Amino acid sequence: MRAAWTVFAKEFLENFRDRRTLVSALVFGPLFGPLLFGAMVSRSVEQSMLSADRVLTLTVSGGERAPGLLEFLRSHGVKVNPVSLSEQGARSAVRRGRAPVVLLVPQSYAARFEAGEPAPLYLVADSADSETRKIAARAGSILAAFGNSIAQLRLQGRGVEPLLAVPIAVNDVDASTPAGRAVAILGLMTYFVLFALLMGGMYLAIDATAGERERGSLEALLTLPVPRAALVGGKILATCAYMCISLAITLLAFVTVSRWLPLDRLGLSSDFGLGRALAFFAICMPFIPLGAALMTLVASFTKSYREAQTYLAAVLLVPTLPIAFASIYSLKTKTSLMLIPSLSQHLLMTSLLKDQPVSAVDVMISAGSSLVLAAGLFVLTARHWRRETMLG
Amino acid sequence: MIEARGLCKRFGAIDAAVQVSFVARDGQITGLLGPNGAGKSTCLRMLYGVLAPDRGEARIDGIDIRGETSAARARLGVLPHAAALYGNLTARENIAYFGTLQGIGSEALAGRIEALAARLGIGDFLDRRAKGFSQGQRVKVALARALVHEPGNLVLDEPTNGLDVMAIRNLRALLEGLRGEGKCILFSSHVMQEVAALCDRIVIIGGGRVCADDTPAALCERSGAATLEEAFMRIQGGGGALL
Repeated sequence: MRAAWTVFAKEFLENFRDRRTLVSALVFGPLFGPLLFGAMVSRSVEQSMLSADRVLTLTVSGGERAPGLLEFLRSHGVKVNPVSLSEQGARSAVRRGRAPVVLLVPQSYAARFEAGEPAPLYLVADSADSETRKIAARAGSILAAFGNSIAQLRLQGRGVEPLLAVPIAVNDVDASTPAGRAVAILGLMTYFVLFALLMGGMYLAIDATAGERERGSLEALLTLPVPRAALVGGKILATCAYMCISLAITLLAFVTVSRWLPLDRLGLSSDFGLGRALAFFAICMPFIPLGAALMTLVASFTKSYREAQTYLAAVLLVPTLPIAFASIYSLKTKTSLMLIPSLSQHLLMTSLLKDQPVSAVDVMISAGSSLVLAAGLFVLTARHWRRETMLG
Repeated sequence: MIEARGLCKRFGAIDAAVQVSFVARDGQITGLLGPNGAGKSTCLRMLYGVLAPDRGEARIDGIDIRGETSAARARLGVLPHAAALYGNLTARENIAYFGTLQGIGSEALAGRIEALAARLGIGDFLDRRAKGFSQGQRVKVALARALVHEPGNLVLDEPTNGLDVMAIRNLRALLEGLRGEGKCILFSSHVMQEVAALCDRIVIIGGGRVCADDTPAALCERSGAATLEEAFMRIQGGGGALL
């Protein structure tokens, strides 16, 4: 144990003096995520405001043929932009992006409207564009409302109870919470946390294994009367320490960034304060030895610093897989899922962000499974270090 | 005392060591001499316990080296081939790291490092980071690292590689001093003059086999050669190119 502690202290100090390790562990990893997250959240909030709160501007051609319609549109808050276009002209205007959506009132409209026949209207939009699709949908529903109001007036004029024409009333009940809609963003945030955590230990894991061998200091170390498990343990511990620091910086950065973000607009708990950050830290703690042991194991198999970097870059992506899976299948927090490291941390952090209750059993299973797997990887690593192929 | 008893090691189709047996005695400098690729490093690696022999055994003061915490390891100081220091640590920290891992308490360690620094002449750069050291400085610190636990046995794998004439002379004086203290010193080299000047006993190795094991004078006499170099060429059958 004393030997492991000695190795830990030496690796910690040596890497603390290495600029590359420090920059990647304590600057690049922890700050990249929160900054990108901040940018993405503010963009996403901006977009959701665009569609809901912005005044709908509708380009209308031939509006003079339908004064009643124009009045209805204006009374529903639509800003009418009158133009005069042929059908061809309307299409090209939409295609070139000069107007998102054009409402064409054809010449036959007035006559057929007067005659009580279905009066044609053309709504020209580009359905390939998600922005204009939203505008077209809004315009379409306002036009449908106009049609309904006319129908009811006509029935009333003929002495028919208008409600007879409304045999059913479908009510849309939107069960999605804003938080549910923000799941993709949450996945990103938790991934950034796990990414920064791994990034924090990556260079140390490489330096202490493949780096030590490549520089030629490993052989002398292996001649010492020290159990290989103690050497490996010390190195993994030092990796853990850097990962802890990196995680702490990341969470502090998230606390800082979220002060400027309207998280509550996405239905997320608006206060990502220090208490929340501490809870995140506690949830992620068991993942740290797992990540450290995994990176040390992978790096121990590689022949050089460069090769280790290549493989560990792939390891950085490992925690994304379960998270991507969770997003695609919209997995909810379930006790059985707590057995899967990285996914369990993701789900627990997501629940906290959504202000949902988190059960202590789930937290313990999540921690337990991560720690058991970490212990297994540690044993594998120590076993590999006992082989003479370690010398390279 | 360092003993190789019938050491055998195969790497794939290559026999790196075949029934290698010899003894390096206390108070003597034993040279392991052979051309590049003769199997010197493989033998030494089995002796200092980082390679497991396929057959045979390596003993330090009569204790088997196998096992990570073998008592034999604590009696052995090792300077591996092209041994490197930790560049971001100072010379003192490099030595102290190994000392602590050998189980030396911090107070005793501080005293030993000072003593070694004086003996090896590394006091001037003891607290500088190893990153910018010259090859000579590096070997001295690596040697201090190997001696910090005051082992009775010392194994050096081509310690003079990359050293200038002055540094080689210093190293020679140091090894002679250690011999005077009764330590057992085993070192490998492919440089004839070094071995001739320093060794009490020479083990010539070629193709993984021991070709000769005797004193320099006896080797010359046996092969009827006037110089050790000539003796070496005859014993090797002209097979090895020596510098």
